[in-house]
Amino acid sequence: MTLSRRTLLGTAAAGATLPLVRSARAQAANTIKIGVLNDQSGPYRDTGGTSSVAAVQMAVDEFASKGFKVEVISADHQNKPDLGAQIARQWYDRDGVDVVMDVPTSSVGLAVAGVAKEKNKLHINIGAATVELTNKACAPSLIHYTYDTYMLAKSTGGATVKAGGDTWFFITADYAFGKQLQADTTTMVLASGGKVNGSVAYPFPGTTDYSSFLLQAQASGAKILGLANAGGDTVNSVKQAKEFGITMKIATMLMFITDVHALGLDVAGGLSLTESFYWDMNDKTRAFTKRFLPRSPTNYPNMIHAGNYSSALHFLKAVTDMGVPAAKASGTAIADRMKAMPVSDECYQGSIRKDGRGMFPAYLFEVKKPAESKGKWDYYKLVQTTPAEEAYKPLSASECYFIKS
Amino acid sequence: MFGFSRPQATAFAVMLAAIIVAPFVLYPVFLMKVLCFALFACAFNLLIGYVGLLSFGHAAYFGMGGYAAGYAAKAWGWSPELAILFGTLAGGLLGTVFGWIAIRRQGIYFAMITLALGQMAYFFCLQAPFTGGEDGIQQIPRGNLFGVFSMQSDMAMYALVAVIFLFGFLLVHRIVHSPFGQILKAIRENEPRATSLGYRTDSYKLVAFIISCALAGLAGGTKSLVFGIATLTDVHNAMSGEVVLMTLLGGLGTIFGPVMGALISTSMENYLAQAGAWVTVIQGVIFVTCVIAFRKGVLGVLAEKLKITL
Repeated sequence: MTLSRRTLLGTAAAGATLPLVRSARAQAANTIKIGVLNDQSGPYRDTGGTSSVAAVQMAVDEFASKGFKVEVISADHQNKPDLGAQIARQWYDRDGVDVVMDVPTSSVGLAVAGVAKEKNKLHINIGAATVELTNKACAPSLIHYTYDTYMLAKSTGGATVKAGGDTWFFITADYAFGKQLQADTTTMVLASGGKVNGSVAYPFPGTTDYSSFLLQAQASGAKILGLANAGGDTVNSVKQAKEFGITMKIATMLMFITDVHALGLDVAGGLSLTESFYWDMNDKTRAFTKRFLPRSPTNYPNMIHAGNYSSALHFLKAVTDMGVPAAKASGTAIADRMKAMPVSDECYQGSIRKDGRGMFPAYLFEVKKPAESKGKWDYYKLVQTTPAEEAYKPLSASECYFIKS
Repeated sequence: MFGFSRPQATAFAVMLAAIIVAPFVLYPVFLMKVLCFALFACAFNLLIGYVGLLSFGHAAYFGMGGYAAGYAAKAWGWSPELAILFGTLAGGLLGTVFGWIAIRRQGIYFAMITLALGQMAYFFCLQAPFTGGEDGIQQIPRGNLFGVFSMQSDMAMYALVAVIFLFGFLLVHRIVHSPFGQILKAIRENEPRATSLGYRTDSYKLVAFIISCALAGLAGGTKSLVFGIATLTDVHNAMSGEVVLMTLLGGLGTIFGPVMGALISTSMENYLAQAGAWVTVIQGVIFVTCVIAFRKGVLGVLAEKLKITL
């Protein structure tokens, strides 16, 4: 105790000299700094990774400067929540970063959201799936932009039933994320008048052989096989379903065009999945993609890349609107401004709801068979569109503390 | 004091000075992470360096300590010192059970049993409702120390972490240089001989194991309060591997080695994060280089060159 008090006194005394050190490091008041924090070496490097950084940089380059400088930095969080939280803290505290963007992997996203909330700094989450970011873990300075588990379940579950896939069987990764996906999708399937014939949970992580689960699914007689898993598990189960000649239509709950590309159309052809962006949707998205490709030669943009571009642009518009000093002063203020302005660019048109939820239509796609695909990355057929108002968890059911009260 | 030799006393003074000066130069949160891992590595080193027991599941006690402290602080609103104490107890208790099972076998079998038990703890944490699954326990409050001092500022928290680290470090040092520690070293050198001298080696090993696990729990509990999160990363077997690497990197069986190893390893993770996709490759190269060039660890080699013990 005495030691701790003495150390405290010591730190307090030395702390008095600290402003001298800090002021030398003070950042230029007229520079906005964007930090892109994501997985650049692990399983999500292609869904976000350096292509997300490139997308943000592109938004910055294309945004006609309105009298302030913009700087983009990035880091790899290696999917470790503590590392992610630590980098975010350091960026906000020391490096003068005004907004942390992307942050895939729900556990890391939640950790960074906690830091942003504590420090009243803006965090725009694009890569993480969990719906909690705008519910239990919500914060006034937090925006969740592109998609979430509720929207995936609603679109892939509800819209598939509308399109005729009314009987389901789930293969579920036995952990909270998998179970949540299954529960959410089941709710949507039942609400749309569909039926769930059964489900099987497999041990996570470490399962590589899905044969018995696939045969069980086939035997259930359901039309749709719902895969409530993600990443490598989804890829493996889809491949094995192909090898075992499963005739059911497969609905993946979390998959991006970059994953489809990795699988190849031979294997992925016929899958159903949901994204909120497709590069070949219209002239605007094609124009965006054309400019994006030189910056990201290996990846066509998926919804995370497009979301990074769009949200960075929207952020810069809001900063211009309210001025740099005001934007730097409070994360909540800049988030409120972003919520007040309509989103309108080549990739996304819509708005941001008061709980921080980005409101954009959800598209249910079917992956083309090899014969149907006419060119490079020509992978998706649009099956159903769920309008923004229906795609996301309604505010009336919100668990966010500042929405409920 | 504490049975330091001259070079050790010098090294300790340097370390103490570094701990006091560092937060004014470097980022305190990063330093707290270093100190937490250093304590964890010291706890691990007590086992492998001085008893010769290679535990491959030490993340279990580290992570469980983190979850216990985090849960106590968040769900029950305990003050930080109680939460950390609870984390220490959780680590120690788990260590008692696991140690009691594992200690019956030696060498590679001991390592394998600890690995298996560590994996069991991981799966338990993945499924148990109180851990929050893969999202972990998030937004753990730092609270007020003794219900009075707010730990919200990084400097205050740093002071607490530094005190905890120094306590753990000196405890390990004291244990190693006590009669009890002498017996542990005797067991490391030649267990049958220690038995023939009349020592119940299993009991000694078990006590050392429990102390090590409790200290790992202390480190884990502290870390979860520092970052406000307790997640699966800390119970995963990659963490068990990381602490082995830290200890090897710094110098096995030297009292300062694990601290140095933790500093190197954590700095790499932290400062290389900006290197993006190359970070894991660079880490790998550095580890391989260290293993080839410094067989006894950075401080082990240094101590050998200077003909001293560190």
